[in-house]
Amino acid sequence: MSEPVNGTVEGHDDPSRRDFIYIAAGAAAVGAVAAVAVPLIGQMNPAADTLALASIEYDVGKVAEGQQVVVKWRGKPLFVRHRTAAEIQEAQGADLGGMKDPQPDSDRVKAGKEQYLVLVGVCTHLGCVPNMGGSEFGGWFCPCHGSDYDTSGRIRKGPAPKNLEVPEYAFLSDTKIKVG
Amino acid sequence: MSDHPSTYTPKSGIEKWLDARLPILRLAYDSFVDYPTPKNLNYWWTFGGILSLCLGIQIISGIVLAMHYVPHIDHAFDSLERIRRDVNGGWLIQFVHSNGASMFFFAVYIHMFRGLYYGSYKAPREVLWLLGCVIYFLMIATAFMGYVLPWGQMSYYGAVVITNLIGAIPLVGPSILTWLQGGFSVDQATLNRFFSLHYLLPFVIAGVVVLHVWALHVVGQNNPTGVEIKSKEDTVPFTPYATVKDAAAMILFLMLFSVFVFFMPDALGHADNYVKANPLQTPAHIVPEWYMLPFYAILRAIPDKLIGVIAMFAAIAVIFALPWLDTSKVKSMRYRPVMRWFFVLFVITCCLLGWCGGQLPEDLVFSLGTDDHGNAIGLKVVLLSQILTAYYFAFFLIIMPWIGLKEEPLPVPASISEAVLANHAKH
Repeated sequence: MSEPVNGTVEGHDDPSRRDFIYIAAGAAAVGAVAAVAVPLIGQMNPAADTLALASIEYDVGKVAEGQQVVVKWRGKPLFVRHRTAAEIQEAQGADLGGMKDPQPDSDRVKAGKEQYLVLVGVCTHLGCVPNMGGSEFGGWFCPCHGSDYDTSGRIRKGPAPKNLEVPEYAFLSDTKIKVG
Repeated sequence: MSDHPSTYTPKSGIEKWLDARLPILRLAYDSFVDYPTPKNLNYWWTFGGILSLCLGIQIISGIVLAMHYVPHIDHAFDSLERIRRDVNGGWLIQFVHSNGASMFFFAVYIHMFRGLYYGSYKAPREVLWLLGCVIYFLMIATAFMGYVLPWGQMSYYGAVVITNLIGAIPLVGPSILTWLQGGFSVDQATLNRFFSLHYLLPFVIAGVVVLHVWALHVVGQNNPTGVEIKSKEDTVPFTPYATVKDAAAMILFLMLFSVFVFFMPDALGHADNYVKANPLQTPAHIVPEWYMLPFYAILRAIPDKLIGVIAMFAAIAVIFALPWLDTSKVKSMRYRPVMRWFFVLFVITCCLLGWCGGQLPEDLVFSLGTDDHGNAIGLKVVLLSQILTAYYFAFFLIIMPWIGLKEEPLPVPASISEAVLANHAKH
């Protein structure tokens, strides 16, 4: 509105300065909302103490052959399984062709430690804990929606889209592992 | 109705003084005393009032429970037991609250089916319907978070399964899941925030209820004929007619409520929820509360995780779209001879989906003998769920738009008054 209004020149009403104030105020308000939103949303992410509990050590030598031990890791069950020779053979010999999430057994264990299988015991469907036994494939069966995992923890049947997760872990000594 | 002039006349000096400053008594009088109500409303219309009662009961009993409940993974389960055993009258308050949730959903489902049958979602009531859908969605969220609080096995695995639905979203799903749970699993952070939100959401619901009632009073109530109010002949004042009818229905409803609270308080729950949450052991058979079973059946009917989750949310989303899916010019199914039967089938479908949601997917509905290997063969629950899911969506997306165009409706009465008089002449 650079034209004179009602025939008078509005000297105090410099339009460009006024527009600038509106835009600046609007931008500041948007910035302020964003600055408030960041901590308000961020506070719901895992807190420092939750993150600090993220790694554990475990002695797999305590697990007898054919046995499974369930350890709590990051609030979830961790399956430490000492597989029998027959189970290892079955896991290695399974045909990858028909699998939903094909992965050779060798990618799921540490070389030379094929007997130890370390898995996050959380069904990749909706997070229930699968049970050892009851499986058609010698592995784990999820009671919630019927997902069936084999002796390598690979999904073979049912609604789960992925194999049971193998967490990041390393052997610190012959039998001691560090998970996370 | 909005064009109904106010008939409130302040009598005492105080009323006149207040009316000139905050006409709140005028608003209450015009909304709940002199409000013109269709004179042919049947008992299905009393559930709006019953639902307000339910919300009030849940809020009051909930505030009291929060005075004794401890939102901590080590104490939540025990604090519930303490409320039931040691807190004065705690058993009553806790059972009223837990059964109250079921009663609330029972009433809301009748309210929704009533709206569906009588076309209460059609113009000009689309916003009214949408607000109702928002309330229903908030109710589901509130009930889900409330169910987690006792920290039993069902609570825990219910929280695990439902939060993991979010994890099905491609790419960002896992990050959102961690954000939502406040950790790498359902844990203290999750319980604590669910408690906070469970306390908040009922008040949000109350706010949306105010909007729902406001929208209702702008467009006026629908009625069993689906014909809009045309003259004063069609209406009666809200008080005493609707008030007393609502009160009578509330008494019957509270009798049903009391049967559950006093004689079978755990009938609608699960024994497994009396076992403290154990993150390392999932119960053999987990199921949600009865009011969510139809959606759970839809989730499980689809073998793919992401599509299953989408279908479940779509089952709720499609209810929002209803006003734009129905092409019929006639509101009430009383005058829709074909659609009426599809409606009946839809109600049966919803009930059967609920039944399927409570069964194991591989179980048989009925057996047809055994196959060569001696395994029982027959109709599997998962197949029945798939058929019912297909009908659920077809009802909204195909039958609603298609029948609306093809159907020959019965003659609709000229006015509510005419319909009422014609009905009287018959008897």
